[in-house]
Amino acid sequence: MDKLIDLGPEFWTAAGETLYMVFFTMLFGGLAGLVLGIGLYVTRKGGLLPNTVVNNVLNVLINFFRPIPFIIFIAAVQPLTRAVIGIGIGTNAAVFALSLAASFAIGRIVEQNLLTVKPGVIEAARSMGAGPWRILTTVVIGEALGPLILGYTFIIVAVIDMSAMAGFLGGGGLGYFAQLYGYRQFEPIVTWAAVLLIIVFVQIVQYLGNWLARKVLRR
Amino acid sequence: MAIVSLANVSKSYPSPERGAPRIVAVDDVSLEIEAGEVTGIIGYSGAGKSTLVRLINALEPVTEGTVTIDGRAITGLPERELRAVRLGIGMIFQQFNLFEAKTVAQNVAYPLKVAGWGKAEITARVQELLDFVGLADKARAYPDQLSGGQKQRVGIARALATRPRILLADEATSALDPETTQEVLALLKRVNEEYGVTMVVITHEMDVIQSIATKVAVMDGGRVIEQGDVFDVFSDPQHASSRKFVSTVVQGVPSPAELAVLRERHPGRIATFSFRDGDASQARVFVELAQAGLEFELVYGGINDIRGRAFGHLTLAIRGEEAAIDRALARIGELVAVTEPPVGDGAQNGEAR
Repeated sequence: MDKLIDLGPEFWTAAGETLYMVFFTMLFGGLAGLVLGIGLYVTRKGGLLPNTVVNNVLNVLINFFRPIPFIIFIAAVQPLTRAVIGIGIGTNAAVFALSLAASFAIGRIVEQNLLTVKPGVIEAARSMGAGPWRILTTVVIGEALGPLILGYTFIIVAVIDMSAMAGFLGGGGLGYFAQLYGYRQFEPIVTWAAVLLIIVFVQIVQYLGNWLARKVLRR
Repeated sequence: MAIVSLANVSKSYPSPERGAPRIVAVDDVSLEIEAGEVTGIIGYSGAGKSTLVRLINALEPVTEGTVTIDGRAITGLPERELRAVRLGIGMIFQQFNLFEAKTVAQNVAYPLKVAGWGKAEITARVQELLDFVGLADKARAYPDQLSGGQKQRVGIARALATRPRILLADEATSALDPETTQEVLALLKRVNEEYGVTMVVITHEMDVIQSIATKVAVMDGGRVIEQGDVFDVFSDPQHASSRKFVSTVVQGVPSPAELAVLRERHPGRIATFSFRDGDASQARVFVELAQAGLEFELVYGGINDIRGRAFGHLTLAIRGEEAAIDRALARIGELVAVTEPPVGDGAQNGEAR
């Protein structure tokens, strides 16, 4: 316990790093994933702007990257990280790798949630003379907002989980803290402190997500 | 001049199986819809009714033929111009297809936003429409808080928002209970009468045709096999398929199964006499049979009313000497339509005399 009190500053720094990584990953990866998911949704057969070629390219891209375990993915994209961020290690490098990996997963989740919108509702909008872009922005996204919020909540929790591996490239965070000061130094209390804080983060995120979705869905 | 005109219109889709012939949903249909009329499109499911109406507002492009709306051929127009055409054609649906995430008022306002109306005009128009359909108090409600009938009234308000001259209804009352159906039909009738909106109404319900349609087209296998005045088509369908369809929605003609039971219970020859407003009276038919010395009993029947004109069918079991029955039926055949359902398949397509 004394050990944990001694490690106070490092603990809170690590917590800050985790929040930093999750926030920016959701910002960049969340947007990129939204674009990917919308791209998949509109280009599919019978979609708002059907385009077999684009749809196939996006599908292959996502299916190619999604199954790669994140720990291997970090190493595999390091040259790209270096090219984009300028450095292959550190918290920002971790954010880049996290954003990339998250965007593929988010793309699928967005696509799935948009597909829950009933085709009849889209047909009704078409019958009123609305064009594809208008239907997407004013009908489809609004109708799918509840499930989309829950999907994004799910992804935030997954990103919190993935961010624990950021220590692998010097990104810090609670996962790294638990490894370094807890596991390797035989201090289970330190490990558990990190785990508990992560659980608290997850609980808060899930609670907020559920609350927001309920508000949108009015149930 | 017709407000909607379909000339030799066909719609086919590539078959999902490789090498199989294309699936023909609408097959060489020509149809003229006059302004102000309510045209019912009837037929069994899969007959191509839904596809046909979607050709009118170009939700589906035609494969062949020409669709003309208000004197303007819309076939082959670019999508952007078709959107403008659709603004002038309202549509309502069996499942209502309301935007669940929008309030009633926002649903009704949507087509007006698409049409580029100003904010104040939209507010006024939405109020006017909700008053018209009797849902002014539900403006802020969401669709999942409404009953089926209320949802369809919102659908109607939404479809009429931009003051279209044409309204397409795809089984608009099929998901409603009989009482609510009557309410919605009364509303549609008002839309037709007060605003002069031309309507094309897909249905398989007799109620709908009886209460609002003035013209009817019968579809079967993608073709319009019969069209005309509602009373004429229903009281005296010409085509075997339309006769079969009409007999399923019109009371008074026994179904094949009922016919089999009738034959078991009642000895003698079974014949159906069809009476139309203005035809010879039932009494004359009975007198003919009695004068021929035949014995007969009424085994099945029903009288229908379409817009104040009656027609009906009476099915009799006739007993007596075969030749006498033949002679009597021939004489009666000159007065009213006589159908003798053939024994065996019992279908309603027996030879009319």
